[in-house]
Amino acid sequence: MGEAAGGDFVTVRLGGQLLGIDVQRVHDVLKLGLLTRVPRAPAIVAGVMNLRGRIVTAVDARRCLGLSDREPGAPAMCLVVEQDGQPYALVVDAVGDVVTVAGEDHEANPPTLAPLWRGVSDGVYRLDELMIVLDVSRLLAVGAAAEAA
Amino acid sequence: MDELLVDFLTETAENIGVVDNEIVRWEQNPNDRAVLDNIFRLVHTIKGTCGFLNLPRLEALAHAAETVLGRVRDGKLAVSTAVVTEVLAALDAIKAILRVLEASGKESEGDDGELIGRLDRVASGDLAVSPPGGGSVADVDGGARAPQSIRVSVDLLEQLMTTVSELVLTRNQLLQIARRFGEGDAYAVSLQRLSQCVSELQDGVMRTRMQPISNAWGALPRMVRNLALELGKKIELEMTGGETELDRQLLELIKDPLAHMTRNAADHGIEDPKARAAAGKREAGRIRLNAYQEGGHIVIELSDDGRGLNTERLKAKAVDAGLLREREAAEMSPQQAAKLMFHPGLSTAETVTSVSGRGVGMDVVKANVEKIGGTIEVDSTPGRGTRFMLRVPLTLAIIPALIVAAGGERFAVPQIAVRELVGAGSEGEDRIERVHDASVLRLRDRLLPVVSLAALLGLPESDAEERFVVVAQAGSFSFGIVVDDVFDTEEIVVKPVAPIISSVPVYSGNAILGDGRVIMILDVNGVAALGAGSVDRAQPRAESEAAADADPAGDRDSMLVFRAGSPHPKAVPLSLVARLEEIDVAAIEWSEDRPVVQYRGDVMPILSVDGAGTLKPRGRQPMLVFNDGGRCVALAVDEVIDIVEDSIDIRLSGEVGGRLGTAVIGGRVTEILDVGHYLTAGLRPVIRPIATADIAQRAAILVVDDSAFFRNMLRPLLDAAGYDVTTAASAEEALRLREGGRRFDLILSDVEMPGLSGVDFARTVKTGGDWAATPMIALSSLASDSAQARGLEAGFDQYVAKFDRVSLLALLERQLAKAA
Repeated sequence: MGEAAGGDFVTVRLGGQLLGIDVQRVHDVLKLGLLTRVPRAPAIVAGVMNLRGRIVTAVDARRCLGLSDREPGAPAMCLVVEQDGQPYALVVDAVGDVVTVAGEDHEANPPTLAPLWRGVSDGVYRLDELMIVLDVSRLLAVGAAAEAA
Repeated sequence: MDELLVDFLTETAENIGVVDNEIVRWEQNPNDRAVLDNIFRLVHTIKGTCGFLNLPRLEALAHAAETVLGRVRDGKLAVSTAVVTEVLAALDAIKAILRVLEASGKESEGDDGELIGRLDRVASGDLAVSPPGGGSVADVDGGARAPQSIRVSVDLLEQLMTTVSELVLTRNQLLQIARRFGEGDAYAVSLQRLSQCVSELQDGVMRTRMQPISNAWGALPRMVRNLALELGKKIELEMTGGETELDRQLLELIKDPLAHMTRNAADHGIEDPKARAAAGKREAGRIRLNAYQEGGHIVIELSDDGRGLNTERLKAKAVDAGLLREREAAEMSPQQAAKLMFHPGLSTAETVTSVSGRGVGMDVVKANVEKIGGTIEVDSTPGRGTRFMLRVPLTLAIIPALIVAAGGERFAVPQIAVRELVGAGSEGEDRIERVHDASVLRLRDRLLPVVSLAALLGLPESDAEERFVVVAQAGSFSFGIVVDDVFDTEEIVVKPVAPIISSVPVYSGNAILGDGRVIMILDVNGVAALGAGSVDRAQPRAESEAAADADPAGDRDSMLVFRAGSPHPKAVPLSLVARLEEIDVAAIEWSEDRPVVQYRGDVMPILSVDGAGTLKPRGRQPMLVFNDGGRCVALAVDEVIDIVEDSIDIRLSGEVGGRLGTAVIGGRVTEILDVGHYLTAGLRPVIRPIATADIAQRAAILVVDDSAFFRNMLRPLLDAAGYDVTTAASAEEALRLREGGRRFDLILSDVEMPGLSGVDFARTVKTGGDWAATPMIALSSLASDSAQARGLEAGFDQYVAKFDRVSLLALLERQLAKAA
């Protein structure tokens, strides 16, 4: 995995951990607004929302990664990504800067990383702290698969 | 590409489609000048334009075909299969060249010498013998007129539709803002006008998307003709209602299922002429296609008069495939078995012909129809034919929906599925009661199974006193959805749900409301299916699962299952039970050796199942209360077990009083009681026994009702009253009796029936034929004034509520006396 070319990543926080998402995948960043709940939907679905006339399904990244739920009322942000032509809003705790990283700073997933995380991670970058690269497609797929099991 | 050429291609494609069908019609009526002239003109036009555009190959072919047609028209050549086949071959060749032309802009290279040679030989009479009968040459021109339409690209229409959808949303938002802030009059007036314009615009744009359904079946006459030739059969295709309009998008989606079903009918349904002759049928088989609008749906019927489905074979296959146990298969009615054909991999074709049986089965057809929110039903009579009923929504885009709230969330219920709204408190007449794990609503002396939407969706239940019940219709099954609150009806623009949610069966889509929030749209069928699990969760489910799967939503009855007198379960239809009561045994009194109880200011007799006393010695006695024309009768039971929603197939038993027979309910053999028997026993003094002497001869009565249960209930009642009873399960079946020369003194018909409704049936009977003078009485469970007016207008002489036995008997007597 050391061959990565580096690039630009949107940094997000999830339960204290720094994560990076390929900036190319992110269409929009916004504060989590009013959600309509979808009872009986897979647990990772936080709800559906109106994004300028489009209906977007909000997926809670905490649920995808097996983290505990956010405190009720705690602020949350979302990143709008597209998967198979469908818009999804990935709900995270906070969104930070876009960082540019060099390919040589890339490292493979540390063996201590939990299996669930390893499945959705494309390795790590050593910045001031460790940034785990999140593969959004695999995250959405894993979340849905965990539901089906 | 040259604009002229583009126009030519579009126009010719249309013309060729018309010619295809015209030629088949012409073959059936060779002497129809109008049809022939029409074909000749179309081919002539193609030839002329080709010459103009310098398309020599097309021109030569069209010319050869025109020569053949010209000779026929001039009376020099008789119409024969050879003539038609060669003309069709020429059209096919033209079509092939057109396809290349469309793709490349150039006429393809090729030699049509052989085909042209054959056409010329046909034209010179080589393949034809007898000259046609006389007939003057009609004026060729005169029919042509300028078309009152223009061509617009489909993309543009789609774009318009999207814009209008957004406009509707914005309009709704404005209306809500106006409501909230109570803007001034001038503003309100303008807004009102805007609103109206938007509605009209929406309506107009919707109509541009509508196309006559004949566009979807335009290719069928040709297909059936070819199949008939290939299979050595004689088949007539009859199409009615082709002008019925349907959303273009839906039209595309039902095209293939329809073609598939028609092919099946021609291949498997219709027998070869020899077999038909042996069965005493007309040599030519008939396939009928009929389309009509019914509310927000389009109904398409496809029927054939062939051999019918081989239900035994279907069952055997289902058993082989492990879908059914032998015992279940044996207990299955032919109707239930016919539905097995929608299971994957269960095709009845004994041999796979080149025509059908290619692996695209009815399961795919069903899946495609359901994907667009439609339903499909099948009905088959061995030796008489098969009939499919397809029901699809008019449009997918914008629907009116009722906005409700449950567990703090709002949901949209498509208006089309909503029958009525009922406020339900914890007190009063419309009260929700619990029967073990199931809830029921008492609605106009009937019990309706209800499900709580909040509970179903795992949302917190409201503890409010006042709740609402949305009475919804899923297939032929009605049930109540309990919600906390009901808001407006809104027009919503339906959008499909994301794939991650699409596996949840309770949603059919989502939409953005006027206030900008997203709302989930409930799929009433999904809610019913999910709710059914909670309605009969007390019963072992696995056993009935296979049968239930084969029988989705359609033809289901809710049965109240209880024990009385013996450990074997007994059941009555929930719809006949007015109330469930528990009465303190101490309150029971005796009158003339019969237990009675004072109930609602009247004395109500208490009966027991076998006449033997099964009353409890103390405590509270559970009982079912039946209501009959204002009088109540109670049936004492040991214990109410459950409410089960299932498709009920009653096996009639012998002459045991009070029992209709047995049925398998929730996987257990259950005795079905004849409520009528108990009512008669309980209300002895009220019902005047009608002696057979009252009527010199036994009057013949025809009972038409799709519900096996009601047929089985009415027959013994009418028999006992001295009538000669014949039953029919559908209006179509009844009309066949008419064709068969049967006569009746009176017809009793259900109003709500699949296929021909009671109202249409009455209209058909009264407009002519042998039964035109026969009195008709409508049996209806919903006797609203407008429904009655419609029925009476259609030709019913009287209306009577289905459960009102006293009135029914009295009415019969009166009507027959009048007729005599």
